[in-house]
Amino acid sequence: MATFLIRRLVNYLILILVATTGAYFLAATSLHPRANVAGRNPPPPVAVVDRQLTALNINDKTPVLDRYAIWVKGVAHGDFGRTWDNNSVNAEMGRRMGVSLRLLFVGTVLGSGFGVLVGAYSAIKQYRPSDHAITLVSFLVLSMPVFVLAVMLQIAAVKINKTVGHQVFQYSGETSAGLTGGFWTHLGDRLQHLVLPTLTIVLGQIAIFSRYQRNSMLDVLDSDFVRTALAKGLRRRAALLKHALRTALIPAATFFAYSFGLLLVGATFTEKIFGWHGMGEWLIDSILTNDINAVVAISCFTAVLVLIAGLLSDVAYAVLDPRVRST
Amino acid sequence: MLGSTGRVPAGTPVLEVSDLQVTFPGRETPDVRAVRGLSYTLAAGEVLGIVGESGSGKSVSSLAVMGLLPGTAVTTGSVRLGGQELLGLKDRELAQVRGKRISMVFQEPLSALTPVYTVGDQVAEAVRVHNRVTRQAASARAVELLDLVGIPYAATRAKAFPHEFSGGMRQRVMIAMAIANDPDVIICDEPTTALDVTIQAQILEVLQAAQRETGAGILMITHDLGVVAGLADRVLVMYAGRPVEVGSVDDVYYRPRMPYTMGLLGSIPRVDERGRSALVPIEGTPPSLAALPTGCPFHPRCPMAIDLCFTSEPALERVGGPSHAAACHLSGVIDDQDLGPVDVYPVPEIPAAAALRLPRPDRPHVLDVQGLVRHYPLLHGAVIKRQVGTVQAVDGVSFDIREGETLGLVGESGCGKTTTLLEILELKAPQQGRVVVLGRDTSGLTGQQRTALRRDVQVVFQDPMASLDPRLPVGDILAEPLRTHGTPKDQVWPRVHELLRLVGLQPEHASRYPQHFSGGQRQRVGIARALALEPRLIVLDEPVSALDVSIRAGVVNLLEELKTRLSLSYLFVAHDLSVVRHIADRVAVMYLGRIVEIGDVDQVYGAPAHPYTQALLSAVPVPDPRKERARRRILLQGDLPSPADPPSGCRFHTRCPRFAALDENARRPCLDLDPGLVPIAEDQQAACHYAEPLRVV
Amino acid sequence: MSVPGDGLVEIVGTGGALPGEPPPPDETRAVSHGRLVLARFTRHRLAMVGLAVLVLLFVVAFLGPYVAPWSYTKKDFTAFLQPPSSQHWFGTTQIGADVFALTLRGMQKSLIIGLLVAVISTGLAALVGTFAGYYGGWRDKVLMWGVDLLLVLPSFLIIAILSPAFRSGSWLIFVFLLSAFLWMVTGRIVRGMTLSLREREYVLAARYIGVPSHRIILRHILPNISSLLIIDATINVSAAIISETSLSFFGFGIQPPDVSLGTLIADGTSSAFTFAWLFLFPAGVLVLIVLAVNLVGDGLRDALDPNSVHK
Repeated sequence: MATFLIRRLVNYLILILVATTGAYFLAATSLHPRANVAGRNPPPPVAVVDRQLTALNINDKTPVLDRYAIWVKGVAHGDFGRTWDNNSVNAEMGRRMGVSLRLLFVGTVLGSGFGVLVGAYSAIKQYRPSDHAITLVSFLVLSMPVFVLAVMLQIAAVKINKTVGHQVFQYSGETSAGLTGGFWTHLGDRLQHLVLPTLTIVLGQIAIFSRYQRNSMLDVLDSDFVRTALAKGLRRRAALLKHALRTALIPAATFFAYSFGLLLVGATFTEKIFGWHGMGEWLIDSILTNDINAVVAISCFTAVLVLIAGLLSDVAYAVLDPRVRST
Repeated sequence: MLGSTGRVPAGTPVLEVSDLQVTFPGRETPDVRAVRGLSYTLAAGEVLGIVGESGSGKSVSSLAVMGLLPGTAVTTGSVRLGGQELLGLKDRELAQVRGKRISMVFQEPLSALTPVYTVGDQVAEAVRVHNRVTRQAASARAVELLDLVGIPYAATRAKAFPHEFSGGMRQRVMIAMAIANDPDVIICDEPTTALDVTIQAQILEVLQAAQRETGAGILMITHDLGVVAGLADRVLVMYAGRPVEVGSVDDVYYRPRMPYTMGLLGSIPRVDERGRSALVPIEGTPPSLAALPTGCPFHPRCPMAIDLCFTSEPALERVGGPSHAAACHLSGVIDDQDLGPVDVYPVPEIPAAAALRLPRPDRPHVLDVQGLVRHYPLLHGAVIKRQVGTVQAVDGVSFDIREGETLGLVGESGCGKTTTLLEILELKAPQQGRVVVLGRDTSGLTGQQRTALRRDVQVVFQDPMASLDPRLPVGDILAEPLRTHGTPKDQVWPRVHELLRLVGLQPEHASRYPQHFSGGQRQRVGIARALALEPRLIVLDEPVSALDVSIRAGVVNLLEELKTRLSLSYLFVAHDLSVVRHIADRVAVMYLGRIVEIGDVDQVYGAPAHPYTQALLSAVPVPDPRKERARRRILLQGDLPSPADPPSGCRFHTRCPRFAALDENARRPCLDLDPGLVPIAEDQQAACHYAEPLRVV
Repeated sequence: MSVPGDGLVEIVGTGGALPGEPPPPDETRAVSHGRLVLARFTRHRLAMVGLAVLVLLFVVAFLGPYVAPWSYTKKDFTAFLQPPSSQHWFGTTQIGADVFALTLRGMQKSLIIGLLVAVISTGLAALVGTFAGYYGGWRDKVLMWGVDLLLVLPSFLIIAILSPAFRSGSWLIFVFLLSAFLWMVTGRIVRGMTLSLREREYVLAARYIGVPSHRIILRHILPNISSLLIIDATINVSAAIISETSLSFFGFGIQPPDVSLGTLIADGTSSAFTFAWLFLFPAGVLVLIVLAVNLVGDGLRDALDPNSVHK
C-alpha cells in the first residue's frame, strides 16, 4: 500500500510539473504584459519598460527558456515570482487561497452530502411524482451555467430585499466595508454574504451528485444481494438503506474526483460574480492583465487541487470498498 | 436452537401452492405469462425437485412464493405456508415470515452477498432480524452456523468479506443464512449450477445435512436431472410455465408419461454409459412465454402430436401410480404400451469416421503440444494495481491429437484448460514448450504464414450470444472469414448458403441478426463460421454448456456428424464430463495447470487411476435414482489451491483422499516429488505416485 | 481545472457506470429493434418535449431572421433601452440594437458551436479510446497519461490564455480548442468498453480468423459502442454550449463583432437588475437549449441502452 501511494504521488508530482510547465510556456508566449503600458499617454520609454519587465522576469525580449530557468529556480525555493504590478505572487496567493478553499469546502461537503441523499431518495421513489420532480429540477439546474444561476440568485435576492425592505442577502464581496460592531454583527454580516455564493455552488453540486447517485442506486436496487437481504427477512426500507445505499456509495466516491474540476470552474465564476477575492477571481483578472507569473501560479494551484481530489477519491474508495482494501 | 419455532413433524404439509399464475405485463411487447397455473404441496422433511429449462417458469414461481418478484409482476393463486396465505401480505408481514419460516438459497453465490459487509455480519443479521439477541450472541451464533455448513476456521473466516471466499464457500454462507432460524421450508434455486462438479457434490452434501438439522421441506429447483435424482423424493417437470409431469422420482425417471420428460431423459449424455449411439434430440426450441402456441405448448416439438394437441391444452391428470400425473393427451397410450424415449423419438444414425479405422499410431498428427507453459503476472486491486505473484495457469502440458480424433480436455474452473486453448489459438511461440500444428512449429511462423495457418485451425466458443457480433447479419458473420482469406467475391454468398445448410439452417437465415436465433441456432452459426475455411482442426471451448438440455443433444449430434463427413479433428474443452465421454475418443484431465491423467476415453472413465479423476467422476450426478442412491461419492476437501502458489510435490496432495489415508513415510514422495505421467494401461497415463485404477461410475 | 461541463458528460452521459467500468453493451438490437428503440424514445415524454423544443429553437434561430422585423446589425435610433414591445419583441439595448435579432444571432452561433464541438470531441474520444483500449500496452499507457494530463491542465485557463489567438483569427480555432478539452472523459469510457469488448468472443473469433486489428476496430468494436457514442455526443452538445457561453461570458470566447449567447448574457448582466430583458431573454434561451438537449440525451439513453439504468 505504501509503495503504491508513493508511486502514485510521484506520478502526480510529474503530472503537476508537466502541467505547470506547459502552462508557463503557453502563458509566457501568449500573454503580453508589455501591452499593459502600451496605451499610456505619454508612452513610457522602452528602456524603462524593458527594465521593469526584466526585473519581474516577464520581458518578452528575454528568450522564454531563460525566463523559465529563472522562474524554475524561484519555484524551487518556493517563490512563484512577482505579479505584473510588482507584488509577491506568494503573498497574494496566500491571501486568496483561504477565500477559495472556504467556498470549495462548503460546496463539496454540502453538495455531495445532500446530493447523495436526494439521489438515493429519488431512486427509491423511481417513476413516482417526487422522483419526476427531483429529476426535472436537477436537469433544470444542470442546464443553467453557473453565471446564469448566480445572476438569477442575485436578481431574486434583490427582489426579496426590496419586498422585505431590508438587506437580507448581500451579493457583493465577503464582508461589508467599514462595518462596525461586535463579533455577532460581523458573523451575521459574513453569513449574509455567504448564502448566495454558497447556494450557487451547492445547488449545482446537488444536481450533479443526485443524478449520479440515483443511477448508481438504481443499478443496485435489483441486485441479488438486496434480494438476499429481503429473503433474510429485512423490511424493504432496511434492505435499501443498509445494503443498497451503502454499496451504491462506492461509485460516488470515484465520481467525486471527476466532479471536482467542474466545481473549480463553478467556484471561479461564482467568485468573480459575487466579488469574492479568491483564486478564481484572480484567474480571470490575471489573464485580463497579462499577469504571466500569477497565471502560472494559479494553474499550479488548480492542478494540485485536482490531484488532491483524485487522491481523496481513491482513499474514499478504499475506505468504502473492502474489495479494494484487501491485497 | 435460537429462534426455533418448534419442528413440524415430517410428512405434514408445510407449503401448499395452488393455481399460481405470474404475468409480467409488457409495454412495447406482449405480456409474458411466466407461470400458468402451478400447484404443489411440500411436506416437512421432503425434497421436491422442480425441473425445467430456462423460461419454464421454475425460478419465477419460487420467487413468487417468497414474494420477491418485482412490483410489475402480477401474481394470482394461493401460496399457503403452514396454513397462512402469503400472497397479498404487506411488506412488514412478509418480512416476519421470510428468513424465519421460509428461506431461500439463490443460484449466483457471487452476487448474492453484499460486498461491503463481512460474511459473519451478514449471517448474524439473519439471526438478529428475527430474534431479540445481543450483537455478541448473534455473532457467536453466526460462527456456529458457518461451522455447521463446513467453513473451516469459522471464527476467523467470519471476519472475511464475500470476495475473499470461493463460489462454493459463498454458497455455504448462503445456506448458513437460510438455516439460521430453523425454517420449515428451504427453497434452493439452482444452488449448484454456477459451481464446479466436485464443489457441487460438497454443497449437495451440506444441503442434506441442513435438512437433517432443520427437518425442513426442501424445494430443489434445477435444470439438471442428475442433481435431483438421488436427492428428491418427488419430481415436478415444468414446461412453458406449467407443470407437465409430477410423481415420485422413480415414476418420473423410469416411467415418464409425457413426451417432453422422455425427451429430456433421452437427450442427456451419461457419464456412466459407454457406447457411441447418437443422443435423442428434441427438435425445435422452447416457446416464447410471450407468444405461446395454441393447444399443448409442446406440440410443435412433439413427435407424437395428434390433432387434439393443436387445439386443446391437456390438464395434469393421474396416470399409472397413485401420485403420478402427466399433462398429455397421449399419456394413457404411453402408459398402456409402456413406451420409452427411444420408442417415441427417432434416433439419428451417425456413421463412424473413416480415419478412425486406421490404428492410432498410423494416423498423422494434427496438433502436437509439448511442455506448454503459460504464466502471467497476478495483479491485485481495482484502484491499486500491482503484481503480487505469478499465476501458473498452464505449467508444462503435453498432448497430441491425431487425424480424425477428438481429444476432450476436462477439468474444473481454474485448471488452465481455457488458457491452454487460447495459447494454441494464438499460433505464436509459447513462453516455454512447443506447439506444432499440422507439422508446423508455431514459433517459427511469419505473420503471413500464421494468417495462412489460421485457415486450418478454427474455434467455436462457449457462449453462442457473445461469440456472434450482434451488429452484423449472420450472412456477414459467415462471410468474414471468407473475405479475410481472399475468397473470390462471387463465391462468397454461395458458400455462405452452403454453410448454413451444412449446419441445419436455411439460406434465408443469412439476412437475420444473431439475436433472432435461439441459443442452439446461434451455436450452429458459430460452428458454420468455424467451418467456413474448411479447417482440419476445430477447437471447441465448452460448445454446449450454455445451451438448454433439450437443445444440447442436437448440437452434439451435429458436431459428431460434421466430424465424420468432413474428417475433422476436435480439441473439445469442457467441464461436463458426461458430454466428453459421449463425444471424445481420448480425454485429458487437468488440475492446476497440469494434465494428471490422459488416455482412451473408455479406459479413463472405466478405470480412472488418478485420485483426482476418480473424485471428479464420482461427483458427476447420474439421472438414475436407484444408481444415485446407491452411489458413494469421493468428496474432495476444500477448494482449489491458488495457481499462483501451487502446493509442493504433487499439486493435488492438499485435497487428495489417497494421500490422506497414507502414513507419514508413504506421504513423503507426494510432498517432495512432482509426479510425471506414467503408463497405466495401453492408452492411459496418470501422474500419481500411488496410481491405482478404481471403478467409480 | 477542466472545461465546464465535464462533469455533466459524466453524469448524464454514462448513466451510473463506474468510470472505467462501462455497462455491458446492449446486444438486443437489430433492424426491427430500431422500431423498439423508437418506441422507447417516444414513450419518454420529457425527451419528446425536449426534442420538440430543440427543433423549434433551431427553426427559430435559422428561419427567424427572415421574419423578424429587425436584423441584428440594424439599430433603432428611436428606441434606446426599451422594454419588450410589438416593435422590439425582446426589447432593445443601450445603442438601440434589437435584442430578439441579437438573441437569434447568438443562438445560431451557440448551436453551431455546440454541434461541431460535440461531433469533433466524440470522434476524438472514439478514436483514442478504441485505439488505446484495443492495442493496449505502451500505446495505452501513453494515451491514458495524456488524458490524465489534459484532465489536470486547467482547460478554462488554457483556452482563456489562448483567446487572443481567436480574437484575430477564426472562431473555428475556438471550436477545436473546446473539442480538445472535452473528449477525455468519453475517451476513457470508450477505452473501458473497448477493453471489455476486446475480450468478447466474437472479437476473439475475428482475431483467430485472421482479421487485421484496424478492421476489427472498425467492424466489430465501433458499431458496438455506437449507442454510447450517440448518447455522449448528444450530451456533449450541451456541455459544449455551456463551455462556450461561459468562456464568452468572461470575454475569452467569441469575440466582437461576433455575438454568442455568452457575450449577450455578459452584456446584459450589468443591467440585469434594472433592464432585466437584456439578461433574461438570452439567458432563458440558453437554459432552454441546454435543458432540451439534456432531456433528449436522457431519453436516448433510456431508448438505446435500457439495460444500463432506467429499467
